[in-house]
Amino acid sequence: MSCWDTVQMYALRSLGYGERLLPRDDFTICQQVTLIGSGMMWNVYFGVLALAAGFFLATALALGKASPQLWLRKPAQWFIFVFRGSPLFIQFFFAYFAFLSLKQLSPLFDPFSSAWMGALVVLFLNTAAYSGEIFHGALMSVPKGDMEAADAYGFTGWARFRKITWPTMLRLAWPAYTNEAIFLFHATTLVFFSGFPARQQKGDALYYANYFADKTFNPFIPYPILAGYFILVTLVIIGVFGLVNRRLNRHLPVARKMRMRLRAPLMR
Amino acid sequence: MEAAILTACADPSTLSGLSWLVCYLTTGKHMAFYGSFGTVLLLLAVTAPVALGFGFAAAMAARSRIWPLSWFGRGYIAIVRGVPDIAFFLFFVIALDQFFEWLRHEVKCPDWDQPVWQGNDFVVCSAAKLPLNNSAQWVHEAYGFSLAVITFAIVFGAFAANVLYGAMRAVPRAQLETAEAYGMTQRQTFWRILVPQMWVYALPGLSNLWMVLIKATPLLFLLGVEDIVYWARELGGSKTAKFTDYPHGDWRMWYFLALLVFYLAFTWVSEKVLNRLMARLTHGQATVGGEAQRKTVGKAA
Repeated sequence: MSCWDTVQMYALRSLGYGERLLPRDDFTICQQVTLIGSGMMWNVYFGVLALAAGFFLATALALGKASPQLWLRKPAQWFIFVFRGSPLFIQFFFAYFAFLSLKQLSPLFDPFSSAWMGALVVLFLNTAAYSGEIFHGALMSVPKGDMEAADAYGFTGWARFRKITWPTMLRLAWPAYTNEAIFLFHATTLVFFSGFPARQQKGDALYYANYFADKTFNPFIPYPILAGYFILVTLVIIGVFGLVNRRLNRHLPVARKMRMRLRAPLMR
Repeated sequence: MEAAILTACADPSTLSGLSWLVCYLTTGKHMAFYGSFGTVLLLLAVTAPVALGFGFAAAMAARSRIWPLSWFGRGYIAIVRGVPDIAFFLFFVIALDQFFEWLRHEVKCPDWDQPVWQGNDFVVCSAAKLPLNNSAQWVHEAYGFSLAVITFAIVFGAFAANVLYGAMRAVPRAQLETAEAYGMTQRQTFWRILVPQMWVYALPGLSNLWMVLIKATPLLFLLGVEDIVYWARELGGSKTAKFTDYPHGDWRMWYFLALLVFYLAFTWVSEKVLNRLMARLTHGQATVGGEAQRKTVGKAA
C-alpha cells in the first residue's frame, strides 16, 4: 500500500471520515505522520476558536479589573483568580463531570459533555482569564501622556477607548499575548486526556501519538512527529502575530518599535 | 478518637446524615486519598530543587564557550519550550524506562543474542526488568514515582534554564568587568560575582515557574501514579450497595471541586509567600524595586 493510499484513508480520520479501523500492526511512518496530522485539526480548531472568542472576554475582563466600580472589579478579579490559580487539567475534569450532571437536568447541555463544545468552553474561559490578566497589566502601563493628549483633543467615552486606550493596550500587551497563544495551543493537547471521551477514536494529535506509542512500545517515532507539528504551529503563530505586531506599531519611529521578545515573559 | 470512629462506623447502613458523612470520609480508601495529597507535596519538594539544578547546569552549558556544550544547552531549552509539556511527560516515561532497562540489559545479560527491538515489542532479559517481576508493590510504586520526578525535572529544568540564562545576562556588565579588573579568573567571576547577584533578577521568573509547577502536578495521573486525580475519579464514581457499604451517586464533580479549591488555596498561599520573599531580596538592591522600597520606608519614618 502506497503512502498516498494511507493519506486518503486517514487524513480526515479524526473527524470521522475515511477508514474506521485504526492500523493495528505493521505500523509505517506514513501512517503515523498522517494520523497525527489528522489529529492536529482538533488542536487547531480548539486553539483558534478559543483564542478568537477569548480575546473579547479578555478585553472585558481587563476593563472590569481596572474599573473603579466595585461590582465590576470584584467579579473580574475572582474570575481571573479562579482560572489562573487552578490547573487546567482539573478544570477540564470538573467541567466534564459538571456538564454530565447538568445533562440530567436538561437536554440543552447534551453537546457540552462532548469535547468539541465542552472543552472549547473551558479553553475559552481559561484563555480569557490569562489574556485578561495580560491586558490588564498593559492597560495599567498605558503612558499617562497619551491619555492627557486624548483629553486635550476632546476625546471622551467610547471614542477615547476605541481610538487611544485600546490600540495602545494591545500594542503593549502583544508580545506577552503571543506567548499566551502559543501556550494555549499546547494546552489543547490535554483535552482528550481529561475526561472528555474521544468517541470512535476521533482524537487530537497527542491522542494518536499516544496510541502509536502504546501499540509499538516505541516512543521515539510518534512523539517527535508530534513535536514537529507543534513547532510548525508555533512558527505559524509567531509569524501571524508578528504581522499584527507590525501593524500595531506602524506609527512609531523605527528605533522605538517594540521588538517581539518571546523569551522574556515565560508562560502560564 | 480513631477507635471511637471505628466502633461508630461498624454498621454504615444504620447511619444517616452527618454521622454517615463522617464515617464515609474516614474509610480506608479516603485515607489513601488524603495520603495522595502528600504524594503531590513530595513531588513538589523533590522536583523543585532537582529542576533548579538541571536548569542551572543547562544555563551554564548555554553560556559556555565550548560550542557543542552551548548548542546542547540552547537546543534543550528551545525544544522543551516549543513542544507541549504533556507530550514530554508521555514520551519520557516510556523512553526513560526503556533506557534504564536497556542499560541493565547490557550489563546483566551480555550474552543475550536477540535484538532488544522485536517488531512491536521491547524485550530485555528478565533479570534486567525494572522493577523486577517478583519485587514488592511499594518498589513498583517508588519506581513509577521516581520516573515521574525525573521527567518533571527534565521538563521544568528547561524552563528554569531559560529563566536563569536570562538572569545571568541581566547582571550589569560593569560588575563583571570590575571583577576582571581586580584580576579574578573567569571561574571566580562566575561564582563570586555573577551567581550571588543573579537571584534577584531570576526570582520573578522562578516564582512564575513554581506556580506552573504546582499546576502541572495533576499530570502525575497520566504517568500512572495513584495521585489525587486518580483517587478523585475512583472515589467519586457512583457506588451501588452491592460493592460498598457507602452507596452514593456520581459525586466526581464534587471531588474535583475539592481539588480545585485545594489548588486555589495552594497557589494563593504560594503567591503571598513569594511576594514576601521578593520584598526581602529586593531590600537594599540598586534596582527600581529596591529604590521604591527605600522611599516608602523613608516616608514612614
